[in-house]
Parts: sequence; structure tokens; C-alpha cells
Amino acid sequence: MNLFNSILVGFKEIWAHKFRSLLTMLGIILGVSSLIGMSAITKGMENGMKESLMAMGGVDKAITEEQDVPAYQQDLADSAPGRTMRDVYALKNSASLLRLISPQMALLPAMASRADKRIRPSELVGVWPAALEMDLHVLEHGRFFTDLDEEYANPVCVIGTAIRDELFGDPDEIGTEIIPLGQTINLNGQAFRIIGMFQRYESDVDKKAREYARLHPAKEKTGPKRSKGWGSGRNWAFRRKNLTIYVPLNTMWIRFRSSGTGTNGIPNPKLSDIDIKVKDVENFPEALQQAKNVMMITHNGIEDFGFQTQQGSVENINAAIRNARMSGGIISAISLLVGGIGIMNIMLASITERIREIGIRKAIGASTLAIFLQILVESVVIALIGGVAGVATSFGLVKLLGQLSPTDNTPIVTVASMIFAFLCSAAIGLVAGIFPALKAAKLNPIQALRYE
Amino acid sequence: MALVELRNVSKIYHLGGEEIRALDDVTLDIDAGEFISIIGPSGSGKSTLMHILGCLDSPSKGTITLDGTMIHNASARQLASIRNQKIGFVFQFFNLLPKLNVLQNVELPMIYSGISGKERKERAMAALKLVDLENRSKHRPMQLSGGQQQRVAIARALVNSPKIVFADEPTGNLDSHTGEAILNLFYKLSKEGRTIALVTHDPEIAAVTPRRIEIRDGKIAKNVDNKLAGLGGTSKFVIKE
Ligand SMILES: Nc1ncnc2c1ncn2[C@@H]1O[C@H](COP(=O)(O)OP(=O)(O)OP(=O)(O)O)[C@@H](O)[C@H]1O
Ligand SMILES: [Mg+2]
Repeated sequence: MNLFNSILVGFKEIWAHKFRSLLTMLGIILGVSSLIGMSAITKGMENGMKESLMAMGGVDKAITEEQDVPAYQQDLADSAPGRTMRDVYALKNSASLLRLISPQMALLPAMASRADKRIRPSELVGVWPAALEMDLHVLEHGRFFTDLDEEYANPVCVIGTAIRDELFGDPDEIGTEIIPLGQTINLNGQAFRIIGMFQRYESDVDKKAREYARLHPAKEKTGPKRSKGWGSGRNWAFRRKNLTIYVPLNTMWIRFRSSGTGTNGIPNPKLSDIDIKVKDVENFPEALQQAKNVMMITHNGIEDFGFQTQQGSVENINAAIRNARMSGGIISAISLLVGGIGIMNIMLASITERIREIGIRKAIGASTLAIFLQILVESVVIALIGGVAGVATSFGLVKLLGQLSPTDNTPIVTVASMIFAFLCSAAIGLVAGIFPALKAAKLNPIQALRYE
Repeated sequence: MALVELRNVSKIYHLGGEEIRALDDVTLDIDAGEFISIIGPSGSGKSTLMHILGCLDSPSKGTITLDGTMIHNASARQLASIRNQKIGFVFQFFNLLPKLNVLQNVELPMIYSGISGKERKERAMAALKLVDLENRSKHRPMQLSGGQQQRVAIARALVNSPKIVFADEPTGNLDSHTGEAILNLFYKLSKEGRTIALVTHDPEIAAVTPRRIEIRDGKIAKNVDNKLAGLGGTSKFVIKE
């Protein structure tokens, strides 16, 4: 009895009990589709998190932060210099493992206004052109700051699209896109000219949704127009980035900080941030150590600073993904297990029903192996049909999950997960079939023939 | 050397400490080409003997040789292959597979001996022709009469050209007219040179066969009871020579 024959017999047997077989397959179908669905969700999550991570500046970035001096240096706390341009120049000259150094001088609180419209930017900072690459900004319109802007402390600024949306109008609402180059806005009471605007940052999903909305305009919205607050953006990382205002670093110093604006009238040369990027992510720890050594000198040995990296977030993301994968895997494994038990159950019922048939087959010369294979093949065929149906169902399931999923990370079905799930179903059919097949194969022909 | 040689074969069942000797020290030879009937009262051990001869069961004691092969200590796999190749078995209750059609039923033994599809079909049709049922090849067993079903079963028993055909009360489930047709079929097959051993309750059937064996309480009786054995060789059945 060759394999093809056995498979054919298996199909016939399944066809002869359509409804029963379908019920049995249901377990496998659910198991396979949940396996694919879960992996799609995890994949979507992973992508979403990676996107957010990139929006925050990538993995090769480190942020210096102000820290309380350690306990043993408590007596020196008063002479802690804080982070200043001295650090920046020292790092630039001595920290060879760094690729990019971007000093930032923030103004808090910040307020941008134009006529009667006002918006609180997520940050109003003085930067070097290095900030563009540091924070992975893309300048879509206009230009960035030149040396002259820096030198003369020109009152110019580069803004994110959300600032434009609030002060000039949101293209989604007014229908045309305003590019406010050359326009003047007020930043904390001083007039600044807009010389550049970043691209609009958003997740792939939002982008698609927005483009879709543009192609298929919805009906005119009624009711009062709602302001877009902090929470309204679906992804705060992108929203935050779109609310950025950059001015030249020197402008910030000359026009705000040296006059003591926002710092109780005392000139404050401290930088709010020194962001660095390493040349090679592989040597991340070494590069950090080098930067630390350099800054220890400029800080006279007082450790009033620290580094904050994305490495932690990367690990968090990986841990979250691992957890999601794990719990998804367990759920799918349980449903596949239940499916397997269902198959085993139905195969046991089926051989009990066919004891006489098995006796007849044995009496005319079927070997133990032939009977074993026949039952095993049947079980595998049920599981495989269930597997195929499960893969098909998973598409619908993933669509549904995409609609229900709380995050904006659309589930992504991968071919690998489909193949894996299908192989799982085959393996389950095999395992579930072994016991019934053994039982059938071991039947004594005489007793089987006598069985009523 | 005889085709089948049984030497001191016993089959002993243990039921709750009690020992049941279904076969008790049976010694028997069957030569190639013989046509034997086995008779005896109910419970005397006829079916047990048939099953052991047909390699469906193994003896508790004694030795059996079939066509030169010792089968009393053969493995399950060897027994399966012997059942497939050397033995044809016909049952009282036909034992056809209801889900397969007549042709597929007859093909079944050849599937287990790995014969290709085309040859399988040809040989199955030839066997069906032998039992005069080639025009029913596409029917299901349930669509046939009892006698026709038994003829399909005989075709199935013959399809692998076995050395010997065992039939356990092949007419036991048929009316006497149909039984006569089956008996005629066996007679014809015997005349063609096949070795056949059949179990029967019916003295009239036993009367037709050249050799008769009687079993009593698991033993082969010395003298065949003439009443049981068809009154010394006359039968109501008409054998068409
Ligand atoms: N599996 C078994 N376990 C116990 N005893 C058995 C078993 N099979 C058969 N026997 C006993 O063996 C004896 C012979 O049984 P067997 O079926 O061979 O009789 P038989 O001659 O074929 O009878 P019948 O003409 O009624 O078919 C009986 O006493 C029966 O009870
Ligand atoms: Mg019997």
C-alpha cells in the first residue's frame, strides 16, 4: 500500500464524515490562525516600536544629563560647573570615538504665537546644525542655519509641521498646505523669521490613513473644531517631534539666556543638553567612557553629569516583544494542543468504529505497519487540511485584529510564520495520530473480526 | 511432503482459571489439490482450527508447516505476508468493506502486496469473471444479494492465487439454493486444481467433498459420523460436473 493510496483513503474517510471532520479541524484551524495572528501582532508591535525608537533619534545616540554629584563629592557640589560649551569643544577636540556632538540650549517655558494663535512647542532650543542629524530631522522646506546666522545671532527659526498647523492652519483642515517660509512668529515675545520647516513625522500607518483620507474625503465635520492637544496624536513620539522649534544656538544665548530671560534675570550659560552620537554602535560603551573621561576633565573631576542612552529602550522593546511572543506562543500552543487532542479523540472514535474493517484488512494480509500508516496518514491529512484552512482563516483574523488592536501597529503576516504554523499542524497531526494508529495496528485480527 | 502439516497442535484458552482446550493435540495433513470439508458439532473447535490454519491465530502448542514454511513461530509480519500471498479466506459473513465497491474489494489484497494499479485491475476483473460477477464491479456490497457478496468474497480470496483457500461456513448465512451455487463454485475451483478446506454444519455439503474430517471436543474423530457426513456420500445438492 503506497503513500498516495493511503492519502487517498484518508481523504475519502474524512469526506465520508464531513461534519465530524470539520469540527475536529476547528481546533487546528483556531490554533494555526491564532499562531499566525499572534506572530503578526508581535511583528506589527516590533515595527511600531522600532519606528518610535527611530523618531527619538536612533540607537547610536546618547544624551548627557545633569546629575546630582555622588555622595563622596557632596562637599564639591557648589562648584559643579554643569554642562557648558567648554564640554562641547573639549568633546569635539578629544573624544575621537564620537561622530556627532550637538549642544542644545532650551528655553523654558516656551511659547510661540502669531496674532491671536499660540502654541506651546515641545521644545524651543538653540542648536548647532548637528542637531539636524542628531535628532534625525529632515528639512523639507527652506534652509537650516548658516555660520552667519550663528555668528550674528540672527532671529531665525526652523519649525516642525505641528507648529505650522497651529499657527497657520492644518492642511488637512484648510485643504491647502501653507509653507510659512519668511513669515514672522513670536517666540517668547521676540520676533523670529521662519527660514525652514521639517517634514511631517508620522508612523507608516498614520501616513497611509492620512493619504486615504485625502483621496476619500469624509463628509464635512459638524460641531466645534477641536484643538489638537498633546493626547490627540496617536503616537506622542511623532507628535512631540512635529512640535519642535529650533533657533541658532548663539541666538538662544544672546537673545534669551544671557539676558536672563526665563532664568530669574541671571545669565545662565549652562546647556540643557549635549547629545552625542558614536561613530560605531559596536563600541558604544567605549565611546561613552571616552566622552565621560573628557568631561571629567572639563568638570574638574566633579561627576555632575551622566549619560542616557536608547540602549535601555532597545532592551525594553526587545523584552516587550519577547513577552508578547511568549504569551502569544503559549496561547497558540494551547489551542494547537487542544486541536491535537481533538484529532486524537476523533481518530480513536474512528478506529473503534472500524475495528471490523481493520480485522478484514488484516485477514487479507495488511501488515501492522500498513494499518499504522493508514491511520497515521488520516490523522495527518485532517491536520493538514485544518492547517491550510487555518492559514486562510488567519488572513481574516489578522484583518479583524488590525481593527481591534489598541496600538497603531498594524499586524503584519509573515510567510515564515505561515510556514511555521503549517508545519506545526502537520507535526500535531503526526503526534496525535501515533497513539490511535498504534492501537489500530495492534488489534488482534480474530477479535477484530468478531467485533460487532 | 503435504501442503499443510499440523503436528500435535493445541489451542488452549484460559478463562478464569478454567482451561478450555479449543483444539487438543490435532495432527492433520492436507495435500495440494485436496477438497476437504470439516464437520463437527457447534463449539467443537472448527473455527479455531480454521483460524490457525489461516494464520489468523497461532497455536498454543504444536507445529504447523504451510508450503514448506513453519508458521507456528512466525512473526506478525511474516504471518501477514503469508495471509496475503498463500492463503485465501472466505468468511460466513462475507466481510467485504462496505465503503469500497466490488472491484476495489477484490483489489484490496493486491494493494497490500504492492501490485501496480493496472495489473491490480486486470487481475481483479479476471477473478470477478471467475465468479461470474464482472458486470457488477462498480456496485457496492450492500447492493448485492448474499450469494453475490459471497462470490465477491471468493473472488477476493482467489485474486492473489493462494496455495489454499479456507472457508468457514461459507454457506452458513445463505439459503440452500444460493448455498448450492456457492458449493458448485467451490467444486469447480477444486476441479481446476485449487486446494480448498471448508467448514460446514451441513451434512449434505460435506457429502460433496471427497475428504471429510470430523472434529469433536477439539480432537479429530477417528471415524467420521456417517450421518453428519452426508450419509456416506449422497447429497441433495446437484453438482454440475
Ligand atoms: N477467544 C476465546 N476465548 C475463550 N474461549 C474460546 C475463544 N474462542 C473460542 N473459544 C472456545 O473454543 C471452543 C471452540 O470454538 P470454535 O469457535 O472453534 O467452535 P466452532 O466449532 O467453530 O463452533 P460453531 O460451529 O458454533 O462455529 C469453544 O468452546 C469456544 O467457547
Ligand atoms: Mg465456527
